[in-house]
Amino acid sequence: MQQENPTDAGASASASASANHIPGEVGIWVVIFGDMLVFGLMFLTFMYYRRENLPLFQDSQLHLNQTFGLINTLFMLSSSWFVALSVQAARRSQRRRACGGFCLALLCGLGFSVVKVLEYRQKVGAGILIDTNDFFTFYYVLTGIHFLHVCIGMVILGFMARSSWYGSFTARKIGHFESGASFWHLVDLLWIALFALLYLLP
Amino acid sequence: MVSPKRLTLVWLLLLGATALSWAFGHGAMFVTPLNAGTAIVLIAFFKIRVVILEFMEIRHAPALMRIACEAWVLGICAGVVVLSR
Repeated sequence: MQQENPTDAGASASASASANHIPGEVGIWVVIFGDMLVFGLMFLTFMYYRRENLPLFQDSQLHLNQTFGLINTLFMLSSSWFVALSVQAARRSQRRRACGGFCLALLCGLGFSVVKVLEYRQKVGAGILIDTNDFFTFYYVLTGIHFLHVCIGMVILGFMARSSWYGSFTARKIGHFESGASFWHLVDLLWIALFALLYLLP
Repeated sequence: MVSPKRLTLVWLLLLGATALSWAFGHGAMFVTPLNAGTAIVLIAFFKIRVVILEFMEIRHAPALMRIACEAWVLGICAGVVVLSR
């Protein structure tokens, strides 16, 4: 029987709440900063090519389904919110809330994936491929690498949901949750930029 | 510890900002697409900064981590705005 126990992680909770706390292991932050640098450079490269051939990029953008982009933004923002709530619940040893939040975040990730696959199918069906033009090369490469991150993130969310249900909330476990959560928030913030640059920018 | 209520307010703020940038992307308020584009980029990087500070808890992280994150947001945002105009 799973019990809510608000006391057994008191020490880890207060450690996690203090100032100057690195959320998660240092290793995950090497990955996060590396990803941010690479994606940052790709955003700037995209903008440079866009500037060089603005009419082509604007015309090509008309073929994107902005509603799909908006729905996926809502999925991403909501999943990040659920994950942040779960980490807080784990620090308070609130098992059901922690596990429920991770599961809801995972569902949002699945929703994002379904929309993404539908979108790719529409594009391929319309004969729009990675080599159609520069805009769609960026579109497939940027959203493709991002989608790979979503898939990895969903596996991590699955592990976190399981781990939050079994065993006690040790400081070590909460550290793992913070690492996984930080990675998922990275996936969220990269999508925020992709949605603006690829879908919305007029 | 960050309260669930604060996290929910942050989520609502992010949804509101998304709605605003959607409106700017569809001709609301700004006459020229150029200005609308700049507004969309600024809103996007504002949202990113909020996610980093609030959801990723960088607000409570060591100064060096916060500076690195803020520098990334500022640098990439400035670069994108300049290249978009």
